[in-house]
Amino acid sequence: MAHGHAVKRYSGLMDWLTTVDHKKIGILYLIAGGFFFLVGGLEALLIRIQLWKPLNDFVSADTYNELLTMHGTTMIFLAAMPVIFALMNAIVPLQIGARDVAYPFVNAIGFWTFFFGAVLLNVSWFTGAAPDGGWTAYAPLSGSTFNGDHGMDYYVLGLQIAGIGTLVGGINFLVTIINMRAPGMTFMRMPMFTWSVFITSALILFAFPALTVGLAALMFDRVFDANFFDPSGGGNAVLWEHIFWIFGHPEVYILILPAFGVISEVVSTFSRKRLFGYSSMVFATILIGFLGFMVWAHHMFTTGLGPVANGLFSIATMLIAVPTGIKIFNWLFTLWGGSIKFTAANLFAVGFIPTFVMGGVTGVMLAAAPADFQYHDSYFVVAHFHYVIVGGLVLGLFSGLHYWWPKMFGRMLNEGLAKLTFWTFFIGFHLTFFIQHFLGLMGMPRRIWTYLDGLGFNEMNMISTVGAMLMGLGTIFFLLNVVITAFKPKNAANDPWEDGRTLEWTIPSPAPEYNFKQTPLVRGYDAYWKEKMDGHTEMTPAEPIGSIHMPSPSILPLFMAIGLFITGLGLMYSHGEWGKIAGIEAGFVVGGIGLIITFACMIIRSLIDDHGFHIEPEELQDKGVKA
Amino acid sequence: MNRWQFFRKLAPLLALMVLVLSACGRSDLSTLRPQGPVAEEQFGLMKLAISIMLIVIVVVFAISFYVIIRFRRRPGDKTIPKQVEGNHKLEIIWTVIPIILLIILGVPTIQSVFNLSKDHTKDPDAVKVVVTAHQYWWEFEYPELGIKTAQELVIPKGKTISIEAKSADVLHSFWIPSLAGKIDANPGANVNIMYFSAPKEGVYLGKCAELCGPSHGLMDFKVKSVDESSFDRWTAALQAPTALPSDPAIKEAFVSKCLTCHAVGDQGGPAFPNLTGVGSRETVGGILVNTDDPKYSNEGSTYDNLHRWIEDPSAVKPGTLMPKVDLTQQELDGISKYLSELKLDYEQ
Repeated sequence: MAHGHAVKRYSGLMDWLTTVDHKKIGILYLIAGGFFFLVGGLEALLIRIQLWKPLNDFVSADTYNELLTMHGTTMIFLAAMPVIFALMNAIVPLQIGARDVAYPFVNAIGFWTFFFGAVLLNVSWFTGAAPDGGWTAYAPLSGSTFNGDHGMDYYVLGLQIAGIGTLVGGINFLVTIINMRAPGMTFMRMPMFTWSVFITSALILFAFPALTVGLAALMFDRVFDANFFDPSGGGNAVLWEHIFWIFGHPEVYILILPAFGVISEVVSTFSRKRLFGYSSMVFATILIGFLGFMVWAHHMFTTGLGPVANGLFSIATMLIAVPTGIKIFNWLFTLWGGSIKFTAANLFAVGFIPTFVMGGVTGVMLAAAPADFQYHDSYFVVAHFHYVIVGGLVLGLFSGLHYWWPKMFGRMLNEGLAKLTFWTFFIGFHLTFFIQHFLGLMGMPRRIWTYLDGLGFNEMNMISTVGAMLMGLGTIFFLLNVVITAFKPKNAANDPWEDGRTLEWTIPSPAPEYNFKQTPLVRGYDAYWKEKMDGHTEMTPAEPIGSIHMPSPSILPLFMAIGLFITGLGLMYSHGEWGKIAGIEAGFVVGGIGLIITFACMIIRSLIDDHGFHIEPEELQDKGVKA
Repeated sequence: MNRWQFFRKLAPLLALMVLVLSACGRSDLSTLRPQGPVAEEQFGLMKLAISIMLIVIVVVFAISFYVIIRFRRRPGDKTIPKQVEGNHKLEIIWTVIPIILLIILGVPTIQSVFNLSKDHTKDPDAVKVVVTAHQYWWEFEYPELGIKTAQELVIPKGKTISIEAKSADVLHSFWIPSLAGKIDANPGANVNIMYFSAPKEGVYLGKCAELCGPSHGLMDFKVKSVDESSFDRWTAALQAPTALPSDPAIKEAFVSKCLTCHAVGDQGGPAFPNLTGVGSRETVGGILVNTDDPKYSNEGSTYDNLHRWIEDPSAVKPGTLMPKVDLTQQELDGISKYLSELKLDYEQ
């Protein structure tokens, strides 16, 4: 133990609270994201129950607006993003032959800030007022003039804290993918999922600061009575729309690109074929990411930007259809001539392709600004983005989870139950949302608490609600599957699907703490498949067996996030709600204490050297792991 | 698989599609049944886009189904398919064809963008209307005619209506699906313009299309298209003096408790909906439909609707700024009766 340090290694709950291991952080993201997916799903079901008949009063108008706001916010920021991060964490380092991410400590900060931001946002349900200004939080409805209770404060501060987690996570994966690829893994040999995560991380790096700025400005409006967005004080409401969508549109691609990556992997594996047109796939992904920043104003065609802006943004938006079309056809031609095995993971992937196309074509329809004057803010838009986000992203995530479950947990999900999940969820999804296109075209605006009788909306809304119930049932089947699987023995093989093509399938399931006993040498695209075709059973190592340097666990990230949580809570109640302490608002005092906790943790981290620890070769042999 | 069997399986699906499409909604509400040139132009673009997109969908679905059925793995199949890297010819085809389709859609889009942004605010033939959206009601001012009304936009048929839309509080969006697409009503000095016309007489449903608070979904209005002479009679009637309630007690209550916010004729305050001619409007509060033959719970006689609204406004529209005014039962009945009889006689 040449560099040996006495590093405390925890077990049980403390292990999870202090972990900096990307695989465990991935599982934490999955648990938290899965939980919030259930919360958001429950909110969706309440929304659909309220709308199942005209003039219903199942929930009040105020509660309904809280539900729609929290459903959108929860699903985007607290469910979709963390589950994406779960897959990124669990898989990307394995796919590039790395032992961890570039900054394991930062990775833990990313998770905990996300988690406490998410908790802060949901605390609002128990303090009297949840956010109710829509997930887009358009000013001035989201400002203190028209929204005097604390609901939108939770939105602003909760998202700000959760956003820190996403931003540092994105940076971490950029650095990891650039610097930590195994020898021989050039950029153009990277698996498609890693490519999509790379582009997504770049989008996060450029898009999330816009949200941070917007939320900071809105926070100043609400907490310190500034006037960025309130016209009565000289602010500009349209400014918020721009800032929000400059973040918001790239966010859509941040969400969907990883799903594209998952589909590329799954379709290729289960048709036993190389991904068709790999380089054009990479090119298309980059182009989508780039164009994603050029189209934000298509969310604002009715805002009154004038014909030149509307025309330009129409055309720019339509252009995105071209690289997306390339991807669709590349997937179809990957399947073409293949030997397609319909596992549950592949069912989700194959179901994704036509479903996503339906969401894509309505996207092009929405891009035509004059027609968008009719679609905008109607149920047509609701149908469109649910086709893209549920029919695209969620099917993609389900596909990825079923595909990589053995690699994450060492157990195969039950195929029968998984297929049942697919069919109920898939049919339920189309039943819920296909009909909503027509509701929108027939004149039903979105975000309405109820609708009058006799407008011709009744039957379609009823069908939609039935579909939502089916989706709920599908989700229950998935949960059931997870629970049943958890009681099965951990016996998944290294390459449980037998057709694995990439590096993650060369190591045990689940991967050992250090991932690769010896860093593999990558000799081509689809590195493992290439070795298989050359008659090898494992990768050629790129280094002799040696001691492996590991980062040590730390509780500091958890406390940093708790500090920010306290700060957020304090800032909200700084208008006399909690009285004064020594002449200063108690809310500010509490906020200050939170910041002190966070900064103290940062100082501790900066001043105390932590060299990590080493796993020695003898230890590797003892465990008898096959790497 | 027999090809005909495949199509026979698809037939019920197609029949369902046709059924859904034929039920295109109400002609006074649906974007699929346009009643004016602006909505018609937008519907034309929608039809073009839908046709192009149906082609795309059919192609993708056809390839998907073919691939799924044709290339299934047979049990025990251990063969390794040919590892194809790509195909330049195919890749160029599926890059170029979408570009062509987009040009076909893009050119009319741009034409229409400029056509629909025409400014009619200086057009002497157009009827100008300043639309001011409030949390949860619509104010319509005709600056050239010097009149103001609420909830019901009366227009002469066939004439171009030039709209200047703004908001007095939060964002709203002005939408008459069967006549024209929407435009946002922004607060501040951020006025948006649009135009439309209704060649046929009739009542069209208008909606708020931007989340504006609890009663966003109930912020409906009506557009009533009448012939030109009726319109002239309407504008004249709006400016004619309006008699207050004849019963002195009701009059006293009406003046002290209603006219502080509302106006009738030349009396009262301008801050909230102008009530001149409220008895001849199609609805009370935009959503309680006035009819002698009520079918739904939001319908009733004009008197009943007014009574229901005044008795407890926030039970009808949660979050409305109109408070529950402290009225005796007689005052409530009397004011409801007076308002329900406050009609403008302009239609023939």
